[in-house]
Amino acid sequence: MKKQIIISGFGGQGVMSIGKSLVEAAVSEGMHATWVPSYGPEMRGGTANCSVVLSEEPVGSPVFTYPTELIAMNLPSLLKFEPNVVPGGIIFVNSSIIAEKVQRTDVKAVYVPCDTIANELGNAKVSNMVMLGAYIAATKALKVETIQQMLVHMFTGPKAKLVDLNMKALARGAECLEG
Amino acid sequence: MEKELWKGNEAIAEAAVRAGVNCFFGYPITPQNEIPEYMSARLPEVGGVFVQSESELAAINMVYGASSAGMRAMTSSSSPGVSLKQEGISYMAGAELPGVIVNVMRGGPGLGTIQPSQCDYFQATRGGGNGDYRTIVLAPCNIQEAVDMTQEAFDLADLYRTPVVVLADGMIGQMMEPIVWHDVPKRELPPKDWAANGRRGRDHNNFITSLRMDAPDCEEHNRALQRKYDLITEKEVRWEELDTEDCEILITAYGTPARIATSAIEELRAKGVKAGLFRPKTVWPFPSKRLAEIAAQPSLKAILVVEMSMGQMVEDVQLATKCVKPIGFHGRPGGMFPSVEGIMEQAEKLLKEVQ
Repeated sequence: MKKQIIISGFGGQGVMSIGKSLVEAAVSEGMHATWVPSYGPEMRGGTANCSVVLSEEPVGSPVFTYPTELIAMNLPSLLKFEPNVVPGGIIFVNSSIIAEKVQRTDVKAVYVPCDTIANELGNAKVSNMVMLGAYIAATKALKVETIQQMLVHMFTGPKAKLVDLNMKALARGAECLEG
Repeated sequence: MEKELWKGNEAIAEAAVRAGVNCFFGYPITPQNEIPEYMSARLPEVGGVFVQSESELAAINMVYGASSAGMRAMTSSSSPGVSLKQEGISYMAGAELPGVIVNVMRGGPGLGTIQPSQCDYFQATRGGGNGDYRTIVLAPCNIQEAVDMTQEAFDLADLYRTPVVVLADGMIGQMMEPIVWHDVPKRELPPKDWAANGRRGRDHNNFITSLRMDAPDCEEHNRALQRKYDLITEKEVRWEELDTEDCEILITAYGTPARIATSAIEELRAKGVKAGLFRPKTVWPFPSKRLAEIAAQPSLKAILVVEMSMGQMVEDVQLATKCVKPIGFHGRPGGMFPSVEGIMEQAEKLLKEVQ
């Protein structure tokens, strides 16, 4: 299995941390992984993205032209990267703020109302975790338990109450794949 | 041993700490800022000294000073900042002072861009400052190697009393991947009895300078330096090969492009194109001898050099191989990097041209 993922959105939407979570989980499952951020002279409110490779073999090139999956957290990201996704790949769309549909018919589109769900859960910051839940449910590239263990590790002490919130966000994202 | 996820710049900084660096001096510049940032918090924990200097010039001269006193000293910067340090590096080479300089290269010339590049190859491998000197230049292609090489750099610097450059590109500095903190083999190092750190029972004061007013004396000093560089060339040259036994086309690259090339070679092989990789790990000394041997293999038809520049290492490939086989070049300058598809296309095009 080899995944080449572009995660893209506005600065502040947590796109870098979706990528880091994927890589961290992959490494703890014994896989090889790389994370490359776009670190250009981005303006405030501009679009940021990262490139992630998850692989059972050592990773050669950490950068790629054709992603197997695209996670588009905003419209500019969808417009920019949609043409490059490999046929048969998956495009994840944050449908809370992207009204447009995926134009390509040779890829699978998954619509996840990340911000709507996050707000329902009472914390707008977990919208990226909703998307991560959807990604894992759709691709089965990683075990959801691995992410859950990471959350328990990450949020300790006074922050421990955030574990449950993030778990719920993951689960709600995964539900978007049902039906 | 457990794998840990590290960002390149931070891993380089931690590697230096594990190598026993005593002093870090630096001035901020993207894309290497995480190195001084990490050092500012980490070095005081282990009793080291961190100074954010007022300029790059000050930083390299602080390295000169600390190294003169026998400390393990380093600085890091990116291309325009490393240009500013060249005077100090030349003085260190002249005064035979050890020290580690990390260059996380970005696009140039001038201020250029903050994106990854390899445009400082000439500067790094030809000395960079004034005078007849070389620095050992280690060129990592992933974070594990950046960590291993940074640790080794301190031993090499102390062993040969010479500045050592770790030549990385912005991609290695900014990316994250898992590494293992294993024990890097240590060299047996001579005592620093030359250091200007007080008399310590010696019958003379140690005096450190690169000034040699007497011409015959300066000539002899240059010859002595050259003997040292010859010894380094004999003993410290390193490279890696992939699928070179039967290759028709040899891709030659270092750093990030070499890593991208491994993916291109895998795909070329899957298509039936016999491609191989030659990757210098030291770009000075350059692994000329081995490259010449591979170039002479009857099965080899052409060499494709891939760089994130307009073509700098390609000149060392021409020198090493005496152009016994056609040499093509694929370069992405100014902060762009080559793609797997781009390398494949150039390799196939070159093969077609020579057939």
